[in-house]
Amino acid sequence: MRRVRAEVLNAKRVGAYHSITIVAPEVAERVRPGQFVSVAMPQGRTFLLRRHFSIHQASRRGGWAGTLEFVFDPRGGRGSSWLAEVKAHQFLDVIGPLGKAFAYPAKLSTCLLVAEGHGSAPMHFLGQELRAHGKRVDMLVGAETQELVFKPIEGKRLAQTIVIATEDGSLGETGSVADLLTQVVEATGAQVIYAAAGRRTLRRISEFCSERQIPSQVAVEEEMACGFGLCFTCTVPVIRKDGSGYDNLRACIDGPVFNPARILWDRWMGEQPGMIATPPEGFPVVKTWPG
Amino acid sequence: MNPHLDVDLNGLRFPQPVLSASGCLATGHDVPGLVDLHRLGGVVTRSLTFGPSKGWATPRASETPSGLLTAVGYQNPGVLAFLEEDLPSLRKAEVPVVASVAGGSLGEYVNVASSLHLKPGVVALEVCVSYPDDEREGEPFYVRPERLTEVVGAVARLSRVPVFAKLPPLLPGLVETAQACVRAGAFGLTLIDQVPALAVDPHRLRTRTATAVGGLSGPAIKPLALAAVYRVGRALPNVPVMGVGGIATAEDAIEFLLAGAWAVQVGTALLVDPSVHVDIAQGILGYLREKGFASPGELRGRVRVPDAGDGSS
Repeated sequence: MRRVRAEVLNAKRVGAYHSITIVAPEVAERVRPGQFVSVAMPQGRTFLLRRHFSIHQASRRGGWAGTLEFVFDPRGGRGSSWLAEVKAHQFLDVIGPLGKAFAYPAKLSTCLLVAEGHGSAPMHFLGQELRAHGKRVDMLVGAETQELVFKPIEGKRLAQTIVIATEDGSLGETGSVADLLTQVVEATGAQVIYAAAGRRTLRRISEFCSERQIPSQVAVEEEMACGFGLCFTCTVPVIRKDGSGYDNLRACIDGPVFNPARILWDRWMGEQPGMIATPPEGFPVVKTWPG
Repeated sequence: MNPHLDVDLNGLRFPQPVLSASGCLATGHDVPGLVDLHRLGGVVTRSLTFGPSKGWATPRASETPSGLLTAVGYQNPGVLAFLEEDLPSLRKAEVPVVASVAGGSLGEYVNVASSLHLKPGVVALEVCVSYPDDEREGEPFYVRPERLTEVVGAVARLSRVPVFAKLPPLLPGLVETAQACVRAGAFGLTLIDQVPALAVDPHRLRTRTATAVGGLSGPAIKPLALAAVYRVGRALPNVPVMGVGGIATAEDAIEFLLAGAWAVQVGTALLVDPSVHVDIAQGILGYLREKGFASPGELRGRVRVPDAGDGSS
């Protein structure tokens, strides 16, 4: 990870969202899909903490070599409102790339990318990389309303097939991405599933994948104070590889990408407060990611 | 005159007066390269319990106006894993280590302190008295003064290295408690621990951290910390005090030194700016040069009170 003073190349609206492109060659040349950057807020404001954004695009070559783009919802809070006012040629204090990236399967070749809202942003980056590795990419994206579906046109260009779902039915199918999972997996023959969404949806995707024995990786969201491993606030309960128990792992260092079959969902969703004991039959041993 | 940054706390020396506060610098082996450890005056470790502790459920953090509310629950690898995996990394960085000692019982404090105090690289212990007391259904040790001084005294009696008691600011008798800690054997005091605080989400009708009441840190608590340092510093002028609470700039650090601190710790500011300690140390040096002081120690307790009363009680 590097800390850089990065110039803003471009700041613009993308539908309901806001996108910022920065010049950060030291970060751009290393970043992989699923990783994120941490952006400092201005000094002297009452909101102190850095904000964290998954990478939507990284350009390593071409006219604008060394740029990174991230996307956020400008209604997300004080930090997001401030960032939405940032203009081209301003400078941002950026740390990255942070976190673990999505892994690519060695043998399996049909990949389904599932996302809600601007969770689609990192999926575009992932889709491009998977295609560059010769994989087939399909997408299942959703949001509450049509306006909140992130870049559907670009998604259509990127994916072999794309299914869009909105809660209010204003675009595509009516419902959530989790409702359409069975249908889409059967239509595409997906062998691997990647997802970025809220925890309820991720949990449903995780249960679906466990049931069908489909390898999957999910990018989680958790309240994160620092973003680079110092504070231990963004932990996720993850079952150890050998099933001997679980550890609270930092989403910023050991995630944000996890194998969802190893997340202790009841615990993470707050349905099992307090310390939990190892179940008498032990935790399941989860097969590792395919090759 | 060329000022220097070394500080001498009654024989305990740090190369510069800015240490990292407990709980704000990963564990040891996992400190990211962004933090130049060697340029810290010292590292105060995460509070260590005897066995590993998983901490509490998430969410564990919430940003509040000029502050950060956290409820991590003392997640740490346990003292033995710390000694094996983390202390060697800190020693390699040649940074003095102040080990923070915690426990659910008097016995646990003693076991943790015994495991740490003779280890090369550990220059001092800091006793965390906010840890939940097993005997009192999770009530923090500091709630009862006699329980607080009991654990501080037990650690101080066995330790061959200096022992600091880290106190929260809202004790009914802060100065009296500080004096009792010193009588029990404490070498110095760390002021202040996080302030108990709550954040509420009105839209979802729930608290913003999973464990309702957490601890507040950051600039929001700086005036509380300054008052604690000032009052204790005036009452116990010969007892080393490490000031901590909302320090983010050299000016903040200087305010603490002037109020009576012998050294300072930065916590929340490191989470925002991982090289803040380097800037603070440079800023202190510039201030010393400008004002004609030879060392940070010369600033200690120099604050003047315009009114005749010294405000301490």
